Amino acid sequence: MNLLRAEFTKFRSVPGWVRGVVGAALLILLFPLTGLGGGPGDKTSSVTGPDGQPVNNSYSFVHRPLAGDGQITVAVSKLSSEQGGPWAKAGLLMRAGSRYAAIMVTGGHGVRMQHDYLYDKAGPAARWLRLTRSGDTVTGEASADGARWTVVDKVQLSGPVQAGLFVACPSRIRGIGIADDTATAVFSSPELAGAWPVAEWAGSVVSSGAGFTMTGRGDLGPATRSDVPVGAAAGDLLFGTFPALIVIVVVGTLMVTTEYRYGVIRLSLSAGTGRVRMLLAKAVVLAGATFAAALIATALAVPLWLRVVRSLGAYVFPAGPLVLLRAEVGTAAVLASTAVLALSVGVILRRSATAVTTVVVVTVLPYLLALTPFLPPSLAQWMTRVTPAAAFAVQQTLTRYPQVDSVYTPANGYYPLAPWAGLAVLCGYTAVALTVAAVLLRRRDV
Amino acid sequence: MTSIEVAELRKLYGGTTALDGMTFTARPGRVTGFVGPNGAGKSTTMRIILGLQTADAGHALVCGRPYRSLRHPLRSLGSLLDASALHPARSGRNHLLWLAQTQGLGTRRVDEVIEQVGLASASRRTAGGYSLGMRQRLGIAAALLGDPPTIMLDEPFNGMDPEGIVWLRRFLRSLAEQGRAVLVSSHLMSELQDMAQHVVVVGRGRVIADSSVAELIAAVSGDRVRLRTSTPEPVAAALTAAGGQVVEADGLVVRRLAAEQIVAVLTANGLPFSELTPHRATLEEAYLDLTGEAVEYRGAPA
Repeated sequence: MNLLRAEFTKFRSVPGWVRGVVGAALLILLFPLTGLGGGPGDKTSSVTGPDGQPVNNSYSFVHRPLAGDGQITVAVSKLSSEQGGPWAKAGLLMRAGSRYAAIMVTGGHGVRMQHDYLYDKAGPAARWLRLTRSGDTVTGEASADGARWTVVDKVQLSGPVQAGLFVACPSRIRGIGIADDTATAVFSSPELAGAWPVAEWAGSVVSSGAGFTMTGRGDLGPATRSDVPVGAAAGDLLFGTFPALIVIVVVGTLMVTTEYRYGVIRLSLSAGTGRVRMLLAKAVVLAGATFAAALIATALAVPLWLRVVRSLGAYVFPAGPLVLLRAEVGTAAVLASTAVLALSVGVILRRSATAVTTVVVVTVLPYLLALTPFLPPSLAQWMTRVTPAAAFAVQQTLTRYPQVDSVYTPANGYYPLAPWAGLAVLCGYTAVALTVAAVLLRRRDV
Repeated sequence: MTSIEVAELRKLYGGTTALDGMTFTARPGRVTGFVGPNGAGKSTTMRIILGLQTADAGHALVCGRPYRSLRHPLRSLGSLLDASALHPARSGRNHLLWLAQTQGLGTRRVDEVIEQVGLASASRRTAGGYSLGMRQRLGIAAALLGDPPTIMLDEPFNGMDPEGIVWLRRFLRSLAEQGRAVLVSSHLMSELQDMAQHVVVVGRGRVIADSSVAELIAAVSGDRVRLRTSTPEPVAAALTAAGGQVVEADGLVVRRLAAEQIVAVLTANGLPFSELTPHRATLEEAYLDLTGEAVEYRGAPA
């Protein structure tokens, strides 16, 4: 406790360090100012699903109304697409307003049952598909031979629906390249059972003979960053983390390298507090001050700038309060952990300039490189997976959907690791550096 | 036991021997001067006492214990190694405050020692603007924080103005009179004159002399008497015959004979003389005499 108080006195009594930490917080808070001034975005550029997410909702659909219970069965005898898209879709769809349930075969991912854009479930290998509505429940089944059926999923869907065949084909993603794609599907004649009113098939016109042949493009699913290029992610509003990080690295390093430079380290180590304990006390004070200042900044910056950006008419991908809180707390933790990393490297190298350069090169540089849109995605993924820059995953506020191929790169706001896993990578580096620093500090003459 | 004790310290830097069996004790109630030319191993010894460096062999004890085993070491040993060891942007008072806090002491003790060393007016200014003399005072204040029974200062007179030197000598003497063991290093023996009761003279990493100031001077000066005479040759012959050693240098300098013996010999032989002055060596001369061979870096003669 005495030691913590002493290290806090050391920290607060050098005005430059206090200004550095406050300055870092202000950078986080005010940096989005540099992004303002572009023309207002288009708030209406996106269709939203039942949960408020932006969605893709374009596909070919041949349908007829169904008010009560009923069943539709079809065989998909062929599905192909120009680009060979793995998520080309052909199958059955029941739709009630903005909600839907669908079962489909896909180009490369087998049979799936999906509903309401976000939800996806894999089924067995099959050619035959069936949707049955009974009351408010829609049951999807798949079969290889049209005789033995396997239930894939059950979905609640009430009210009158439009039901029928659909074909969709999202753009093909190769690296950071996006190519339009069109799928063609051949269906057997759909078999209907139940309370279907007398009606003709309506919608995307089809060539019919023994069955239906349909073409389709677009997708029925959640939209990602590359579908809404003008949209902003809430995580973008924390872009000031990067300049703040540089300032914090400098402060963390100087906190110990100046002790070496001015010889204060001898005084510190002769105070009898234990060398390792002194280092830990320094780390606690530095991490505590950084975390507190950064948390205040992020907790103010995110809601403030969300409001400003939205009032300027830009579209912001929705993110729940817990996701935003995680980004705010996580960002403060990234700064605190990086500060301790800088402190440890400072102990190891004992020179301000080399220590600052080293820490900036291993943390800030990979992050900046990963944000370069034209970097090969594999390299960007690698840099945000194994370097301390992995910790920026805490700022991901966009959702990555396994059932949607997209350009999931750090530049687009998607990180390869889960938020806390990314932070754990950084903390791993910090722990290793702190351990090495402690060992060297114990051993070395000063 | 309230003393600083080092025994058989050895330390190699690369291939050169910094300490070669350094052994001495600074006892309570007196100022012990720790003198030797630059590079003699004074600072290395002090760093080992403080546990900042490890010796290859031997041990150093403060109040009977290794420094690094002390819980609040500043309450056992106050030290000043390097007066410029301070962050220039931190005020002198805050510099003392963090140090005090490591020992569980607070602002009251800080203000006391600031008052004691006469820095009250400057204590809230940033230490970067302090003169070397003010930094020495601040460093001494830091050494006093824990009110320790032993005190160790490395070259505390460096950069002090004459007034400061007088103050520091009196101050260190009074600390010793309070019963503390005070160890003061210097490369200038004259700084210790009239202050140190005991001196440890070192050269090339080992102790050359370890004795009281009086003994040291007596051992070096021996019998040395200067006299003037109008007949140097017969006087020299008579004194040499009586067992003396005579050198002509601005009159005659006689060794190995006491003043009374010289008077008796010359009177018995009826030889004229005047201005017979027994010469007492200064501490400085004793030191130069002792360290003549031990100086590592000798300047080229002008």
